[in-house]
Amino acid sequence: MTQPLLAQYFPILVFLGIAGGIALAMVGGSILLARQKPDAEKLSAYECGFAPFDDTRRRFDVRFYLVAILFIIFDLEVAFLFPWAVTLGDIGWLGFFSMMGFLFVLTVGFIYEWRKGALDWE
Amino acid sequence: MNWTLALPELVLALSGLAILVAGVLPRRDMTFPCTMMVLGAFLLSGAFVLTQPDGMGFGGQYISDAFARFMKVLVLAGAALALLLALDWNRAEGLSRFEYPVLVLFATLGMMVMISANDLMSLYLGLELLSLPLYVMAAFHRDNARSSEAGLKYFVLGALSSGLMLYGMSLVYGFAGTTNFAQLAQVLGGTAPISAGVVVGIVFIITGLCFKVAAVPFHMWTPDVYEGAPTSVVAYFATATKVGAIAAIVRVLAGPFGGAVDQWQQVIVLASIASMILGAFAAIGQTNIKRLMAYSWISHTGFVLMGLAVGTEAGLRGVLIYTPIYLMMSLGAFSVLVAMRRNGHAVENIQDLAGLGRTDPAMALGMAIFMFAMAGIPPLSGFFAKLYVLLPAVEAGFWLMAVVAVLSSVVSAYYYLRVVKVMYFDASTGALDARPSGVSFVLAGTGLFTMFFFLMPAPLLAAARQAVAALIG
Amino acid sequence: MIAGLAFYFFAFILIAAAVMVVTARNPVHSVIWLIAAFFNAAALFLIAGAEFLAMILVIVYVGAVAVLFLFVVMMLDVDFAQLREGVQRYAPIGAVVGGILFLELLLVLSVWRFAPDAAALRMAPMPEGVTNTEAIGRILYTDHIYLFQISGLILLVAMIGAIVLTLRDRPGTKRQDVGAQIARSSAVAMARPELGEGIRREDILRPLPPPAKEAPKPVTHEGGHH
Repeated sequence: MTQPLLAQYFPILVFLGIAGGIALAMVGGSILLARQKPDAEKLSAYECGFAPFDDTRRRFDVRFYLVAILFIIFDLEVAFLFPWAVTLGDIGWLGFFSMMGFLFVLTVGFIYEWRKGALDWE
Repeated sequence: MNWTLALPELVLALSGLAILVAGVLPRRDMTFPCTMMVLGAFLLSGAFVLTQPDGMGFGGQYISDAFARFMKVLVLAGAALALLLALDWNRAEGLSRFEYPVLVLFATLGMMVMISANDLMSLYLGLELLSLPLYVMAAFHRDNARSSEAGLKYFVLGALSSGLMLYGMSLVYGFAGTTNFAQLAQVLGGTAPISAGVVVGIVFIITGLCFKVAAVPFHMWTPDVYEGAPTSVVAYFATATKVGAIAAIVRVLAGPFGGAVDQWQQVIVLASIASMILGAFAAIGQTNIKRLMAYSWISHTGFVLMGLAVGTEAGLRGVLIYTPIYLMMSLGAFSVLVAMRRNGHAVENIQDLAGLGRTDPAMALGMAIFMFAMAGIPPLSGFFAKLYVLLPAVEAGFWLMAVVAVLSSVVSAYYYLRVVKVMYFDASTGALDARPSGVSFVLAGTGLFTMFFFLMPAPLLAAARQAVAALIG
Repeated sequence: MIAGLAFYFFAFILIAAAVMVVTARNPVHSVIWLIAAFFNAAALFLIAGAEFLAMILVIVYVGAVAVLFLFVVMMLDVDFAQLREGVQRYAPIGAVVGGILFLELLLVLSVWRFAPDAAALRMAPMPEGVTNTEAIGRILYTDHIYLFQISGLILLVAMIGAIVLTLRDRPGTKRQDVGAQIARSSAVAMARPELGEGIRREDILRPLPPPAKEAPKPVTHEGGHH
């Protein structure tokens, strides 16, 4: 299973190990050494002088969802750009125009969503 | 590359993009112009399909043969007529948005890609391009809880089936070493025993396809989606997309996996028998006509799969004859369903048809023809459809399947005839609203085809024979 | 050796995180466990040599999909504790069924074998001495151009679908309307001001607003909390 590819990532593995070790040491140390007195009140939302009206968790507007989904779609588009950019020298004009066609389709989608007002907020 | 070969798809895709821009740029309601433009695009694409030469393109990922042309013409015709039906219904329900025809166009494009697939990858991408608009369309009436429910159910089950299918494809690729249909046929057609991994993969793919054609035991979503989704959308689901799904399952099983017929035959026989029985009995108690049509489709699926399970040339020809006849019957029945509204509100119970024989004799006659045809009563087209799948099954010795088919046909005649009885013999609860002209057009066309198919069956039979010859090779 | 150890390490964490996704009480915690699962799956891809997939998993799934999940979870206002009651009741039977399926899968696995000529049939073998990002790039845009363009259309349809299903016109939304913003309204007239003097308001002759009525503002003690 030894591949040259993996060797390049070995420093990252070491880095992850160190980060994990330090994090574990800190959290574990605080658990072991500090006094633990859990209380439900400590977790409740704080409001001055009276009991809180409701939970701090509020429902998100559905527009966040729309923005997130549109972001995913363009994110995927960008993901397609990486291999294209790496190999543009090898794949010639066909590869170039192939990506242009792909981008054209998504530009049409972009025109659609702009004109529909999907990118407008209040 | 082979752009000229894939001209029908290319034309459809480009006109889809153009129509999307044309619909969104003006600041007024573009539903009607967009619908007309989509119909025009279907016509244009259909013309290119008819003149398409045989051949393979894009490194064997795309194939154009008689089978593909046959199915594509059916899909385009079904989609165009269903879109015509949807125009009036959507306007009356306040669903007039220009995205609807655009989604129909892209779904139809997905079906054409699927039909022309010569590779598991293009099959899968075509299927996704088909399914994604369908999920959106099922939930198109988004302020209606039942429509949203239908969309969600369809999406969850559809995504699950796509996942199963993709898993099966990856198994097939891993064990057979290729996704190309021609090479798969070569690998599986040899004398060497077929690896168990490939068989598991094939069964997974069949499961995914059975979801799409709504064969028992993967039919659960059909009645709920049919009931909840807007009727105009169901008219598209029940006609064009069924043709696409049948084309996909026939293409995959008879093409690359034709050599492994012993492996999948039992599965299809089982699904066929179960579909016929369930479709016949579950429909009896239905009061909602859309649910009734859903179960009716499940029973028709059983017949289609019967022809496929037989696997001979005659059986496949039966499937290809069944498909257009079903398409016409179903389009006709849905033109009546779309016209069912009273005082401006859509109604969808069987009892709402009461007295239609007196209040609208022409529509009642049309509906009666479609019901008789679906029950398989001669000399209507539905009889010949069933005959052409039943005979090969008997000849090939599939007695159990043939007996179940005949019996379930008798049982299902009960609920089809009940609709006719309600129309002609029950007291009217008030006339339905006048039907729009689009409905009359579809009703007349499909009614005439269903009624007089027996006079001129030769062109269809010849086309089906050619298509099968191309498929089996 | 290290790769083997790392595999088991990441695989263990992946499975543990996946279990936590399903069993965590708080749906937000579930999503965070899911992110952990994505990261570990990316590490597994890396070990398998699929560098590109690993990076895509981090960029797309962690960067976008997990965020979307968070939004969706926060958008729903469901009493999740109540939903979970059923899970605990049916967990034993589910575990038994799952175990049986697992055993059956093991049985199937034991008889699997590759087709004899499978290795020779591979359509696009990995070229030597090339990273797999390049290997993908070399065939995706040329050999598989048909599939590539179809995926573009699928993304377009996804975009249309998301907008059709969730975008609502609200009365208060301010839209960009280039024409209206550029066009000079007839209510605004231009004037040439005297040098050094100017005219009344910012050199634009605007109808003055009616003088606001001077009303003594009642002093209110604002209730509410801080």
